[in-house]
Amino acid sequence: MKVLVTVKRVIDPYVKVRVKSDGSGVETANIKMTMNPFCEIAVEQAVRMKEAGVVTEIVVVSVGAQQSQETLRTAMAMGADRGILVDAGVDVEPLAVAKLLKAIIAKENPQLVITGKQAIDDDSNQTGQMISALMGWPQATFISTITVNGDTADVTREIDGGLEKLTIKLPAVVTSDLRLNEPRYVTLPNIMKAKKKPMEVIKPDALGVDVTPRLKVLKVQEPPSRSAGVKVADVKELVAKLKNEARVI
Amino acid sequence: MSVLVLAEHDGKQLKPGVTNMLTAAAKLGDVTVLVAGTQASEAAQAAAKVAGVKKVLLTEAPIYEGSAAENLAALVLTIAEQYSHILGPASAFGKNVLPRVAASLDVQQISEISAVESPDTFVRPTYAGNAMATVQSSDRIKVITVRATAFDPAGEQGAAPVENLAPGPDLGLTQYKGSELSKSERPELTAARIIVSGGRGMGSAENFKLIEALADKLGAAVGASRAAVDSGFMPNEYQVGQTGKIVAPELYIAVGISGAIQHLAGMKDSKVIVAINKDAEAPIFSVASYWLVDDLFKAVPELTKELSS
Repeated sequence: MKVLVTVKRVIDPYVKVRVKSDGSGVETANIKMTMNPFCEIAVEQAVRMKEAGVVTEIVVVSVGAQQSQETLRTAMAMGADRGILVDAGVDVEPLAVAKLLKAIIAKENPQLVITGKQAIDDDSNQTGQMISALMGWPQATFISTITVNGDTADVTREIDGGLEKLTIKLPAVVTSDLRLNEPRYVTLPNIMKAKKKPMEVIKPDALGVDVTPRLKVLKVQEPPSRSAGVKVADVKELVAKLKNEARVI
Repeated sequence: MSVLVLAEHDGKQLKPGVTNMLTAAAKLGDVTVLVAGTQASEAAQAAAKVAGVKKVLLTEAPIYEGSAAENLAALVLTIAEQYSHILGPASAFGKNVLPRVAASLDVQQISEISAVESPDTFVRPTYAGNAMATVQSSDRIKVITVRATAFDPAGEQGAAPVENLAPGPDLGLTQYKGSELSKSERPELTAARIIVSGGRGMGSAENFKLIEALADKLGAAVGASRAAVDSGFMPNEYQVGQTGKIVAPELYIAVGISGAIQHLAGMKDSKVIVAINKDAEAPIFSVASYWLVDDLFKAVPELTKELSS
């Protein structure tokens, strides 16, 4: 079975982002970038399924700028077999990403598509569901387990009140939640090997997809900051403050 | 402007946050609420009594058992063209269904809005709430998920009419195999007035009993940081943060939580924040209304005891 995994290059989650002073976006120059953590979990899942003999080939796809090739190389160092970069620049909206992926899926014919549940930059949480809708395929979002049985898969989804179990027909799209697995660290020999794996770079035009944004960003601002707090000396003082000052207990 | 709102419910009641979403919806035009499920008439009656609702559409069929994203999206699509806006909650439920609706309509969804500026312009948090983007949509139908904590709950009214809507197609793509829901006497995280959360500093699942004892004393819900969930101390549904639940209670008590960006994203809009941490440099103190630098294993039992006296 062939699996297609999507990866996105994002600002490192441990970096404090700064809004540009002109309100046009956030500072990205000279900032540490990394693979979106949920995409890492998605890649890891595909690699584990390959190691278990369920998957025969892993194609990893990114939509972004040229630098996203580094992210694809990381995915290949984790164990993906080949990479495809859709060189569409940054800030491509989820709908356009889903359309690009649909065009690639039509060429590659994977049985399973794994995406991260959300990218931690734009926080949209849309792409996997949109790919699934455009393909007319089943979807299982926010999964914490997956077992493939022939032409179906059993999945566990993380929902607000607990867990949900589904059986989905393949081909399907699943999106990874936090507890699906713990991604491996890439080793130097595997990084070297990944450099030799095939990488294809295509333009959105070649896939016949218009990536013009539908949303116009009018401005980007810092969130309102909280007023400075008070350090209390002990539990007694804390309780007194909560009762008499904040009046919340 | 006519607005369709997809309600989240348990068959009998609307889920917490739906009335907040209806406040956002009322700013956009006449509100129709769609309540779909295996059995949902009681929830539909509840929706009819929320202020600002003009009409409720009720669809009952076995094909809407469980989350049923594919069939629910297909149902919404049967009536989508009649509306200028389609709204759903930015919860696990809404995030599952709405993007499917948006893609099918060739619309770019606007996720998790925190303010309505005009019928086509909205504010939404990005980068874990560290950058608030004001975006204007050029799509003919606006498909939107709403961050409940950013809006006040709508009040009550005399019941609006409830009409039946025929079920949509059964796509037969997924089979529901059941769910395991956490049973708790405590309030739901997203509806609680007070939340007590524990982080990696708790050290073990066993030690979360300290958090639970304090929560029970306060009638509070229990939460956890992603680090505590990652470490296996608590199940994922307790996770507060960018990738978990977004909460804004009146009082949020963060215990043994250092305050990673992704956790702050989920709770920094709480009215009063208390942080208890032994590390005087913990970033959580930057958002705290009151902070105590102390060993949690001493301070938390002391706090529980102090509240009993």
